[in-house]
Amino acid sequence: MSILIDEKTPILIQGITGDKGSFHAKEMIDYGSNVVAGVTPGKGGKTHHGVPVFNTVREAVRETGAQASITFVAPAFCADAIMEAADAGVRLICSITDGIPAQDMMKVKRYFLRFPKDRRPMLVGPNCAGIISPGKAMLGIMPGHIYKQGSVGLISRSGTLGYEAASQLKELGLGISTSVGIGGDPINGSSFLDHLVLFDKDPETEAVLIIGEIGGPQEAEAAAWIKENFSKPVIGFVAGLTAPKGRRMGHAGAIISATGDSAAEKTEIMKSYGLTVAPNPAEFGSTVAKVLRRA
Amino acid sequence: MDVHEYQAKEILAAHGVAIPPGTVAFSPDQAVYAATELGGSHWVVKAQIHAGARGKAGGVKFCRTYHEVQQAARDLLGKRLVTAQTGSEGKPVQRVYVEVADPFEREIYLGYVLDRKLERVRVIASKHGGMEIEEIARTMPDEILQVIVEPAVGLQQFQARELAFQLGLNLRQVSRAVQTIMGAYRAFRDNDATMLEINPLVVTKDDKVLALDAKMSFDDNALFRRRNIVDMNDPSQSDPREAQAHEHSLNYIGLDGEIGCIVNGAGLAMATMDMIKHAGGNPANFLDVGGGASPERVATAFRLVLSDRRVKVVLVNIFAGINRCDWVAQGVVDAVRQEKIEGVPLVVRLAGTNVEAGKKIISESGIPIIQADTLADAAQKAVAAWQSVK
Repeated sequence: MSILIDEKTPILIQGITGDKGSFHAKEMIDYGSNVVAGVTPGKGGKTHHGVPVFNTVREAVRETGAQASITFVAPAFCADAIMEAADAGVRLICSITDGIPAQDMMKVKRYFLRFPKDRRPMLVGPNCAGIISPGKAMLGIMPGHIYKQGSVGLISRSGTLGYEAASQLKELGLGISTSVGIGGDPINGSSFLDHLVLFDKDPETEAVLIIGEIGGPQEAEAAAWIKENFSKPVIGFVAGLTAPKGRRMGHAGAIISATGDSAAEKTEIMKSYGLTVAPNPAEFGSTVAKVLRRA
Repeated sequence: MDVHEYQAKEILAAHGVAIPPGTVAFSPDQAVYAATELGGSHWVVKAQIHAGARGKAGGVKFCRTYHEVQQAARDLLGKRLVTAQTGSEGKPVQRVYVEVADPFEREIYLGYVLDRKLERVRVIASKHGGMEIEEIARTMPDEILQVIVEPAVGLQQFQARELAFQLGLNLRQVSRAVQTIMGAYRAFRDNDATMLEINPLVVTKDDKVLALDAKMSFDDNALFRRRNIVDMNDPSQSDPREAQAHEHSLNYIGLDGEIGCIVNGAGLAMATMDMIKHAGGNPANFLDVGGGASPERVATAFRLVLSDRRVKVVLVNIFAGINRCDWVAQGVVDAVRQEKIEGVPLVVRLAGTNVEAGKKIISESGIPIIQADTLADAAQKAVAAWQSVK
């Protein structure tokens, strides 16, 4: 098992005919993802990489039964693309796009509230590397070969730091059930918490590694929930111990602006809720290995 | 992106927020002329920099005569003003704002922020303006009023009215405060602001409600649709290296260590800095070359990092995904040749796609590059190289 996606999940790609969309569509298909449709307004009726292209997400869903989408849409139009997918009944929307205005994301989140909780889509990202269930399917832009199939769940705000963790695990012979990149924006879709809930129910996942960074309340919120509710061991890390206050470190969301935003504070919070914290970013793999041996 | 006080006030005034009469000036003569044009009998001359706490640092001067206005402008212009918020280097003062200074009776705090947890705009107000909100929060937490804006409909009149009455204003003042609170909200929303602070908002004897100081920051991601805000950019207020990085769409933040960093991805860049610290060194900068670390970007990154004289060692850490290691390696080799990098030890760690081909390109280049296999190895080698040259 895995969470969110597997080899059967029917996937549609929004922006499939653009440079990035086209490139990554091919990568995903080659990895084994079940890509069933593409959407580019105005290019409906064509095929791209052997996949039928539609003008609207609604049409694509109706014709192909797509359940998950990934957006390769320019920042100015991406909020619209996400809402289109949600409205068409897509249940999992992964947004790679970096640079969506925060107010647009506010609108997206507000729009999602129109769906009752049990039918509300899961949004992963934006500004993320996507999702991979190694050996099964990839809904993202990561290099698939650095992920080994296995039993560790991985949730990371940063894309490349997630790669770092995956490769450290592989080096030690440890595999991943599913890896989710939740993205670096201040207002994003799903949080650590949303995916922890899924990992808790996934029998294949034995432990979860969560990699946060400075800025925002997500890591602390997740840690508090883990203490009360989570049955499996969790290893945590927060990047940015050396980050100065008030400076945005690349990601729009990575800025220390309020109490509790710094890496040191979040690390302390994680420890106080019983998480095992990796002592430094070179020891993701060894810390997970230690915890698994203990479990 | 930040703007100056006078620019924030221009934006606010355009949305119906009342401000005292004022004019920006670039020279002492212009400041005097501004004062004569504005009229009145007292003025304040305020240094325009992208930082707060100017008053305590001597950046706001009260003047009773034209001569004093000229003297104040002369004192401020061309200087670097160091305040509690600027860091030790301060910010250059190239403009002053000359404003009519009429007496006022009360100071109020009014602020707007994008609340990450609630994913909504939060309006904050307090009877105790003129001091920092952190200070109010610490000393009188019960005196902070808050309203959360529902994004589907925006701030409502009743919310502004509730705030105004809770601030203890009289009826005439309430209607003007409501106009201010609503107008400032529209200024925030319609320009994709992330922060707006009016501190103080003052109430005068004749019941006027005026924004005496204003700070605004804007969402960089939304600048593509806010040409008016982009035009307000003042590059003199940013670190020159950061401004240069920005031009090449690189994310660079200067720090004060000795080990320069070139990394792809913001999270990995922060982790690399953390690792350097862990190994006993200090990072000179944060630099994210982006997911697709193309050879041109790598070359620009080298130029930026090496323009910092404190840099004694450069550490390149690239985890290649879609951009392959061989391609990045070629970029590094080309950049080193092109930029004639000598005397600065260079540690390169490549990982991910085509890593073996990448390493081969580096070892066969003939350039004395120290190669590292892992993040820990890279940080240790960089710190060791620094210790051997320092």
